[in-house]
Amino acid sequence: MRLVACVKQVPDSEARVTPRPDRPVIDERDISFVLNPYDEYAVEEAVRIKEAKGESDVAVLCVGPPRSEEALRRCLAAGADRALRVWDDHLGDVDGAVVARLLALALERVGFDLVLCGRLAIDDAAGEVGGRVAELLGVAHATAVSALSVEGDRIIAEREVDSGLEVIELPLPSVITAQKGLNEPRYPAIPAIMKARRLPIQQLTVQELGVEPGALGDLSRRKVVTLDAVETERRRRRIEGEPDAVARDLALLLRDDARAL
Amino acid sequence: MDGVFVIIERLDDEPRRVTVEMLAQARQLAHELGASLTAVIAGPAGPRLAARLGELGAPSVLHLSHESLRAYSAQGYTWALAEALGERRPRAVLLAHSALARDLAPRLAARMDAAFVSDCTGWHVSDGALRLTRGVYGGKLQACVQVGQMHPAVVTFRPNALGVVPTPAAAAEVEHSPLAPPTGTVTTVVRGLVARSEGELGIQEARVIVAGGRGLGGPDGFDVLRPLADVLGGAIGASRTAVDSGWIGVDHQVGQTGKAVSPSLYIACGISGAVQHFAGMSSSKVIVAINKDPDAPIFERADYCVVGDLFEVVPRLTEELRSMLDTA
Repeated sequence: MRLVACVKQVPDSEARVTPRPDRPVIDERDISFVLNPYDEYAVEEAVRIKEAKGESDVAVLCVGPPRSEEALRRCLAAGADRALRVWDDHLGDVDGAVVARLLALALERVGFDLVLCGRLAIDDAAGEVGGRVAELLGVAHATAVSALSVEGDRIIAEREVDSGLEVIELPLPSVITAQKGLNEPRYPAIPAIMKARRLPIQQLTVQELGVEPGALGDLSRRKVVTLDAVETERRRRRIEGEPDAVARDLALLLRDDARAL
Repeated sequence: MDGVFVIIERLDDEPRRVTVEMLAQARQLAHELGASLTAVIAGPAGPRLAARLGELGAPSVLHLSHESLRAYSAQGYTWALAEALGERRPRAVLLAHSALARDLAPRLAARMDAAFVSDCTGWHVSDGALRLTRGVYGGKLQACVQVGQMHPAVVTFRPNALGVVPTPAAAAEVEHSPLAPPTGTVTTVVRGLVARSEGELGIQEARVIVAGGRGLGGPDGFDVLRPLADVLGGAIGASRTAVDSGWIGVDHQVGQTGKAVSPSLYIACGISGAVQHFAGMSSSKVIVAINKDPDAPIFERADYCVVGDLFEVVPRLTEELRSMLDTA
């Protein structure tokens, strides 16, 4: 079975992010980058399926700048067999529409039975790429999957719906996006990490995927105009005293000061 | 004339509240773009629904009423909506940021070769261009995103984030469409549904959330919070610690790896206020924090700060609010 996980490298959630003064992107200096947490579930699931089924191959694919290689090596250490990175210096602040297009082209080139993505990336929280890729590839998809099993040429997935969890059957090939709880990602052992450092990461240019760098802008559908720190000033009003008094004061403040009732 | 389309989510023949609040804003958005507004219903529905949408301000309703659309499927709805809207000069397709929208909207955007901007908390029109506001980097930064005018935009809005706008009622003009996805379009099969508990309000739709964290000490701690949530008509939320400890289900989790919520009132009990938790509730209008630890980070980002024992304060607060709301 050909399993492909699509991953992204993102700033650590603890990172102090500040917008650059000249462009609506963050200042990347001194930022710690990690593999997107939701992608960890995707990679782990792909590796588990390979381990359970045998005769399978796990590839990890990333559209990202050179620093993304660290995240790809993490995937290799966690059991992926090979890693590919697509990039072009014209990509800049990547639009999900462009990323999805490049991923779909790379996936067609690499070959796949099951594509696994994270349900969203914690930097832009767009949750866009998995669904777009499925449509571009013309295959079924399921979003926010928290349980998955492979049954021959179909998969059974539990996915998040507004009223709870839906059990859905999809034919292969298909795309799923991983939700927290799909599995417990393993911590790669040191030998695996060391070995991953020496594995090659295949680089793919957009030209090799059939896209002219100058045409990338035409594939974009939205543009970030401004990026600002969030201004919400909280009152930080302390309420002190015995529980009875505190409860009474808080209730009154919620009614009269905050008008929240 | 270009069209703005609102995809209606409903429970039987009643539109869901998250859609209703969006419909009112959509009317204004359409007006500022110089576009028409149409509410779109998928699947069979009685005439009451369209009439209700008119009361809520939709001048026209497009009803894709084929039986095959009764149950949602990503492939079926993508096909039907793209077919129906494709002939109607769609400028923007709006949805509430529900689980259904998270599954459908990106696929629909790809089908329509449209922009996709999700979980937006605001919008405005600048020189004829539609701009959306949304939180990024765990809510630490706010981005203003502009969509082009040469392609449609599929946009989802965070529930409760847009204000309620009064709208004049209209008698909606209803157009029925018999469009049905051809055989073979839908290749998935729904095998079952594990429903959330009866009567439990999903946290993303709730106007009030009472959330518990490590300070609850165990699953029973939520028993102290439930009466407070009930008296306020709210939902129960939880921090990652509480969920990872097995005290409550993951669908209650608020935070970066949980859900993003935007309630009018968020009461955090025994939650320290880690960055990742805050990422999920920073757009709450009013935040109350109750924690024994005077140095808990949450106190830096709350409106009302109670340093105290939640087991003492919460029951008393529940009673105060109960008598206050009973006599109101």
